[in-house]
Amino acid sequence: MRRVHGLDLGVTSPEEFVGQLPDKFLGSWYRLVLAFLVPLSFALSPAARGALTIEIIGSGATQYPVAIVPFRAEAGTPQPVTPVIAADLIRSGVFRMVDAGGVSPTPHEPQEVNYATWRARGAESVVIGTVAPLPDGRFDIRFRLMDVAKQTQLAGFAYTASGSQLRLTAHKIADVIYEKLTGDKGAFSTRITYVAKRGNRYELQVADADGVAAQTILASNEPIISPAWSPDGNQLAYVSFEQRKPVVYVQSLTTGGRRAVANFWGSNSAPTWAPDGRRLAVVLTKDGGSQIYLVNADGSDLRRLTQTSAIDTEPNFSPDGALLLFTSDRGGSPQIYGMPVTGGEPQRLTFEGTYNVSPRFSPDGKSFTFIQRNGTRFNVAVQDLATRQVQVLTDGSLDESPSFAPNGRMILYATEVKGRGILSAVSSDGRVKQRLTADAGDVREPAWGPLPK
Amino acid sequence: MTRLLIGVLMAGMLAGCGTTPTKEQDGAAVEDRKPGMVVDRPPVKPADATKPLVTKPMTGDPLTDPGNILSRRSIFFDYDSNLIKDEFKPIVTAHARYLQQNPSTRIRVEGNADERGSREYNIALGQRRSEAVKQMMQLLGVRPNQVEPVSFGEEKPRCTEAAESCWSQNRRGDIVYQGR
Repeated sequence: MRRVHGLDLGVTSPEEFVGQLPDKFLGSWYRLVLAFLVPLSFALSPAARGALTIEIIGSGATQYPVAIVPFRAEAGTPQPVTPVIAADLIRSGVFRMVDAGGVSPTPHEPQEVNYATWRARGAESVVIGTVAPLPDGRFDIRFRLMDVAKQTQLAGFAYTASGSQLRLTAHKIADVIYEKLTGDKGAFSTRITYVAKRGNRYELQVADADGVAAQTILASNEPIISPAWSPDGNQLAYVSFEQRKPVVYVQSLTTGGRRAVANFWGSNSAPTWAPDGRRLAVVLTKDGGSQIYLVNADGSDLRRLTQTSAIDTEPNFSPDGALLLFTSDRGGSPQIYGMPVTGGEPQRLTFEGTYNVSPRFSPDGKSFTFIQRNGTRFNVAVQDLATRQVQVLTDGSLDESPSFAPNGRMILYATEVKGRGILSAVSSDGRVKQRLTADAGDVREPAWGPLPK
Repeated sequence: MTRLLIGVLMAGMLAGCGTTPTKEQDGAAVEDRKPGMVVDRPPVKPADATKPLVTKPMTGDPLTDPGNILSRRSIFFDYDSNLIKDEFKPIVTAHARYLQQNPSTRIRVEGNADERGSREYNIALGQRRSEAVKQMMQLLGVRPNQVEPVSFGEEKPRCTEAAESCWSQNRRGDIVYQGR
């Protein structure tokens, strides 16, 4: 597991917690219960505290039939890898798991694969592998992706990992399989962040993309909103109300160190990173009204970008760093606008409806996701920048905070079920939906992290 | 403020009694006083303008007196509006006067929104409400650096039931005295 350092504001001064994360936040404290609509279920992470259910609804236009054979000797490890790989691939909606049971002998090496068996079961590819303990206590994990029709190896990798890194290794293997078979980069080894509210306590958490292995990086008795990943995935910017007003902080996930990058007179909010990681756009009210400013990540060189008496908020950089999307009510209702980062006349981009907010660029920069109000419902939509065509992807009553997976295939968002906030993801074509439901608290403000560099 | 004024008036009355007791007595005995008739009020002693009034409060700290209008710290707004309604203007005015008389005192106005949807957009809507309160106070002569308008957006609802009577509680600006 990649450790991150955390702070607890609710208990004592932040300084005392800089450094080591309290033990109770380490380890995977979610038991993953996979309640698939397909008749398949795995119980993972037995040493866990709490439950997280993932439900998958719908399936992709194309589904790759793949068989995943349990790796040799994985049962004796702290974290068997193949259930994690299978769960990742199933969640994407574009894979169909072919039963891998009852094959004798169980194949772990290429020469042990009986392709006729797999062809008969309808598998187009087979995943095989081994896990072997090393003298230093770590594990050697080898896997191969075999093409059933061509009877050749499509991919094969070996990893050395500690027991706590087995889950990450499984996500990396799922990324390789996903990329080899679909042609798109996998995003299973990425991380997500979100805010969990438990009673009057707010916890900013970082978890694996499947919602497992969550770690609290900041706990506070005052609200925390708008977490935003730095492009290298090592820092989070967020808004904390610990000073009884919104202040923008940047916190290192590797050291736990944090600093206020925007703590001006009035409110400071809506941080977002420039793709170079050196600057942020923030929303300040120090000069009156909510306006967009640029500031260096160390808090220096503040520059005002918008000059209106309207609300200008929720900035988001294009992947090339040249454009900013933002929400403004300059036209009378909140709509999404785009403008060059160097300044210049903003252009209105959304025209359907009277409430379009929270824009986030797709990783290829060709579209953006946002929240559109339809009647009394708030839903995730995607608009193509060139054609301006809008597709509404969700049908919840209160969907919020959409963000793309770094491969552009899924959009993570917050929704509400029976008055409680949960996380969901929808494929960018709207065909596959999944719910990630923690058993405790109210979860909101998700943001999908970048691909590991 | 009201109590303070009464105190000043009482002081004036006592001063009047001390200087011309007989005349007051006579005046009270006049019987042909008609409604609408202008009656001389007892002489009022002017306050010493060089000393702020509040340095000598008659009944302790007006900010902690539950009977004082200054104990009212919330201004409620209509849906999608940052207009200060007439019923709340006396509250804003009272706090503005207090701040004028206490130039070293600072407040925050915390704007709140009940609107659903984007949390960040609601921060901006709440900010508009807190800035509306600040603007009115400034027009009444309060110095800009005495009032910091901030916003909690939808993060601090006072009421969480799904009813307009509840939502209206959340569309508000709260006056918070700093350092108290």
